[in-house]
Amino acid sequence: MTAFKKQILEILVHEDCRYSPEKIATLLGAEAADVRAAVSELEREGVVVKYAAVVNPEKREEDFVDALIEVKVTPQKALGFDAIAEEIYQFPEVKSVYLMSGGYDLCVMIEGRTLREVANFVSEKLSVMDTVISTATHFILKTYKKDGIILEEGEQAKRIAVQP
Amino acid sequence: MRAERYLSRLASSIPPSGIRKFFDLVAEMDDAISLGVGEPDFPTPWNARDAAVKSIQKGYTRYTSNAGLPELRKAAAAYFRERFDLGYDPADEILITVGASEAIDLCFRAILDPGDEVLIPQPSYVSYAPNVTLCGGKPVPVECFERDDFKVRPENLERAVTEKTKAVLLPYPNNPTGAVMEREALEALVPVIQRHDLLAVSDEIYCELTYGSPHVSIASLPGMRERTLVINGFSKAFSMTGWRVGLLAAPREFLKVILKIHQYVIMCAPSMGQYAALEALKSGLRDNFAEVARMRAQYDMRRRFMVKSLNDMGLHCFEPRGAFYVFPSVESLGMDGEAFADALLREQKVAVVPGSAFGESGRHFVRMSYAYSMRSLDEAVARISEFVSRHRADGKASRRP
Repeated sequence: MTAFKKQILEILVHEDCRYSPEKIATLLGAEAADVRAAVSELEREGVVVKYAAVVNPEKREEDFVDALIEVKVTPQKALGFDAIAEEIYQFPEVKSVYLMSGGYDLCVMIEGRTLREVANFVSEKLSVMDTVISTATHFILKTYKKDGIILEEGEQAKRIAVQP
Repeated sequence: MRAERYLSRLASSIPPSGIRKFFDLVAEMDDAISLGVGEPDFPTPWNARDAAVKSIQKGYTRYTSNAGLPELRKAAAAYFRERFDLGYDPADEILITVGASEAIDLCFRAILDPGDEVLIPQPSYVSYAPNVTLCGGKPVPVECFERDDFKVRPENLERAVTEKTKAVLLPYPNNPTGAVMEREALEALVPVIQRHDLLAVSDEIYCELTYGSPHVSIASLPGMRERTLVINGFSKAFSMTGWRVGLLAAPREFLKVILKIHQYVIMCAPSMGQYAALEALKSGLRDNFAEVARMRAQYDMRRRFMVKSLNDMGLHCFEPRGAFYVFPSVESLGMDGEAFADALLREQKVAVVPGSAFGESGRHFVRMSYAYSMRSLDEAVARISEFVSRHRADGKASRRP
């Protein structure tokens, strides 16, 4: 990837993905047309797949359950882990799936409306798969920091407002 | 008891800082956005903080040598050599101070006798002139203008020289204007400085924050090392303001006297700050100051954003090449900086610093710091823009017959 695209990506991911090409161009000292072209390429190449808001789950004021499920599986001949992952990520309640190093194989993040819903997913859909050896479900209790943003409204280091 | 009877006339003669009033006003508002700071928004790099904690845990909490930790002076010498082509002997030509502020004070104390004059380009940082005054010297402002990119011009320097002039202060990269003096601009000053046999006191605290060409120290120009006192430090480049660790580099005949004053007045810079600074320098020398570069890249984006936004709303803004301030002119609104800052704070709750705080030639300007997150700058720009269009409309309305 070109340095220019990397810089753009950095702004979209870490600053604000709603910034216009004009504004990104200003920040980078570049031409808006070039930024627009680079962003389209990033989208076309599948580097940027979605522009989404980062939400503080503590403030959503609706009931939902986030869970992280450790899944141990038996890899299939020739297909390895990919085929199993594919089978799992088909379920709409699955938000993310990662292949992991360490004590288990797949990390599955799911969101359900209730505890029961998550439990049902694990017992009726995940555990029953032939290739799945075992699962361990962890419910997320509280989110402190998300995508680089500290969500806690605690004491933060402050600067004196006016200085020479 | 009348305190005036006891207070020294010299100390009493110093005017209070021009920013105090704004500070008090902002402190009373809870939803104010301040663009008034003079320090980075990034936290001190973690490894430097950790080094300080470790030094405390290990009990390295005693006086260090008066001049500062020998390892730190050695690292500073390597830093000066590598970044600015400056050669100083860590044994007796480098002093670790309590921030660049102490270094400024020490330089003037060491060189000034009553009546000696120091040329101070303005607009510039608020403490130079009072420091000179406290040493019994006479600060002589040399005005710098936007048409010269706020650089100090040799002819203006020349004009201000008298037989009592002892030194010229060089505050570049500049707070508040963001001006820098590139090599050619510095070279043009050298003949004036040499002809009148002056010293250069060069405050290079923002040296790592230049956008475009890297900083050049006047001490690195031919014939200037022997007559330059270099002030530097960790506050701005390494986001270490609260640690209070600065650097002073000078030829040994000067440093000997400077060290004597430092030793009587301060003893030594705080040990934990020195250990943090040592780690900052060591890791910087290892990875080519990657952390500094990362922060500089962030500042640079915000700088472009601020310059463009201000110019777009009709506040003419010079393009700064250093530090982390923009210095727009507010003259087009028919206000001076003071009136603008006052009204902006009351009406839009955005704090900026009037340019007059930095010298008479800054009267029609305000200083805005961009050491803030883009999110804060976005909000501040929106509020300032509203303010500007409202006052422009007002101005037009009132001019109608």
